[in-house]
Amino acid sequence: IDWEALLIESDMGINLSQKLYALLDKEGLLGKAELAERRIKNELLHILQNHKAPLPVGKPGVILLVGVNGGGKTTTAAKLAYRFKAEGKKVFFAACDTFRAAATEQLKIWAEKLDVPMVSGKEGADAASVAFRAFVQASEAQADYLIVDTAGRQANKKNLMMELGKLKRTLEKVSAQTPLFILLVVDGTSGSNILVQAKEFNEALGLSGMIMTKLDSSSKGGMVAAVKYELGIPTYFIGRGENLESLEEFNPEGFVEEFFS
Amino acid sequence: MLELLQQKLQSLFKNLRGYGKLSEENISGAIREIRLALLASDVHIQVVKEICEEVKQKALGTKVLESIRPGDQFIKIFHDELIEYLAADKTGLCSSRPLKILLCGLNGSGKTTTAAKLALWCKKNRERVGLVAADLTRPAAIEQLSKLASLVGITVYAPKESERLDDFLIRVDSQSVQDRLSVIIYDTAGRLDLDEELLEELRHLHELVCPQEVLIVIDSATGQKGVDVVRAFKEKIPLTGLILSKFDGDARGGAAFSVKKVTGVPILFMGTGEKIESLEVFRPERLVDRLFGFGDIVSLVEKV
Ligand SMILES: Nc1nc2c(ncn2[C@@H]2O[C@H](COP(=O)(O)OP(=O)(O)OP(=O)(O)O)[C@@H](O)[C@H]2O)c(=O)[nH]1
Ligand SMILES: Nc1nc2c(ncn2[C@@H]2O[C@H](COP(=O)(O)OP(=O)(O)OP(=O)(O)O)[C@@H](O)[C@H]2O)c(=O)[nH]1
Ligand SMILES: [Mg+2]
Ligand SMILES: [Mg+2]
Repeated sequence: IDWEALLIESDMGINLSQKLYALLDKEGLLGKAELAERRIKNELLHILQNHKAPLPVGKPGVILLVGVNGGGKTTTAAKLAYRFKAEGKKVFFAACDTFRAAATEQLKIWAEKLDVPMVSGKEGADAASVAFRAFVQASEAQADYLIVDTAGRQANKKNLMMELGKLKRTLEKVSAQTPLFILLVVDGTSGSNILVQAKEFNEALGLSGMIMTKLDSSSKGGMVAAVKYELGIPTYFIGRGENLESLEEFNPEGFVEEFFS
Repeated sequence: MLELLQQKLQSLFKNLRGYGKLSEENISGAIREIRLALLASDVHIQVVKEICEEVKQKALGTKVLESIRPGDQFIKIFHDELIEYLAADKTGLCSSRPLKILLCGLNGSGKTTTAAKLALWCKKNRERVGLVAADLTRPAAIEQLSKLASLVGITVYAPKESERLDDFLIRVDSQSVQDRLSVIIYDTAGRLDLDEELLEELRHLHELVCPQEVLIVIDSATGQKGVDVVRAFKEKIPLTGLILSKFDGDARGGAAFSVKKVTGVPILFMGTGEKIESLEVFRPERLVDRLFGFGDIVSLVEKV
């Protein structure tokens, strides 16, 4: 087995791939398929298994979804709401993507399907002010969760990242006593750039964790491990389809098993 | 990143000047560095292996120039080779009219936005353009396309309430003749490479539409499976080109490079922003520079 190729092809990035490869080499496992596989699994589990903070509770707990364009934020907002509702929780949406064509309409369709109240603004409205209004309404309604959908943006666009910072500060101010939960939504078919995204969004906002979507593709999503390994950011959920049910809690054992399937 | 690669190469080649020819021994370290740079750019690992072997053969025996740093010279050899791989016979869009263009690709890659960008592009070239909303899956896909179409200032053709896709597409055919359209652009739903059912649906759609251009939209950030993705689509429908979206971000676009090298599907355009104006004709140098993580070294070498 060409271990290096196998690791790289899983989108684990070169640093982690090289580390794991060097480990096999050092321990003389390169020619021993089964032992090597077990060694990699263990090492990955070690990297992935770690303390994760629980989702925020509060009236409401705020979950802010951020990420690059098209990663799956809006769909994931709907999936999360579906999940929380199934747990008997009361959920609110803040449609803070006031920029992309029909972004609000998209979330609106999910909101109606899920029967989740949604606060939105006109096209081009200030995202932070929508978030503020949404928080106040969700709070008055005693909602358990406020899920905030934001416009996609490339991390190298300074002004767009600053706009997110403003949105975050507004929410922090208004929600004084409850912690804000900021999740980066990344596209599972993406490669090394996920590491850059995680780094940059983390520097700009301080990420609580990550959600990886589109793992119903042939991609292995190795960046989940790379991001944890290099930045210490844990993955909370993975998405595996376009429907509401296809959001799974991230499970290191399952992930590691799939790696070799 | 470039600085890093450049520095590393300079120090590797430090003692090379005036050495005569590049030898196996004195380029192996440099190949290793470039290999890492390409892998970090998500060029597919098998493609990286092939390239490195081919370039090594090219570089061996090359005379070291006195006038430039050997590290730069080496990068230049690599660079030219990568540009070569991206060369394609086909550059623009098919010239027959009316021209039907079908866009396809993974979920969220940028199809709908790109449909509007292409429409604007064609409109500026004095075409009569129509956009067809053939994504009946994604929530608000039709609204999204309609809004973009109104920005472009053209008509969008959308299915009527509970109209079947087949009936709709037949209606569009006759409607577009009536409206004397010269370019008709079809936006389709996103689908992933393992979804046999949706891929089959795309094949069916392609059969109904019979487009001259079938363009796949690929996100610049796509990872190692990019080649498999395009293969999965290509097995169903004949792709005539690729559009590299989100090139304004900081992703390196290695998957698109691999796709071209392995499948031969030419890269025609790149998307460089969210606005409908942000579409540019593809230029190989820009992608290759990005793969190495740099911008100006090549022109620097060129001057020599
Ligand atoms: N197959 C599959 N598709 C997904 C998944 N998550 C999201 N999608 C699809 O990906 C596309 C983009 O999803 P969105 O939720 O609109 O992404 P976004 O991040 O909100 O996009 P922007 O707001 O434009 O930045 C849609 O077609 C979704 O249906 C997933 O886990 N699997
Ligand atoms: N920065 C940037 N964003 C882009 C570009 N092209 C598209 N986008 C954004 O990417 C996101 C997804 O674009 P869409 O056009 O909705 O993608 P799609 O392929 O139609 O998505 P589905 O229909 O859900 O599969 C949106 O936020 C777009 O604004 C680009 O070239 N640069
Ligand atoms: Mg969205
Ligand atoms: Mg679309």
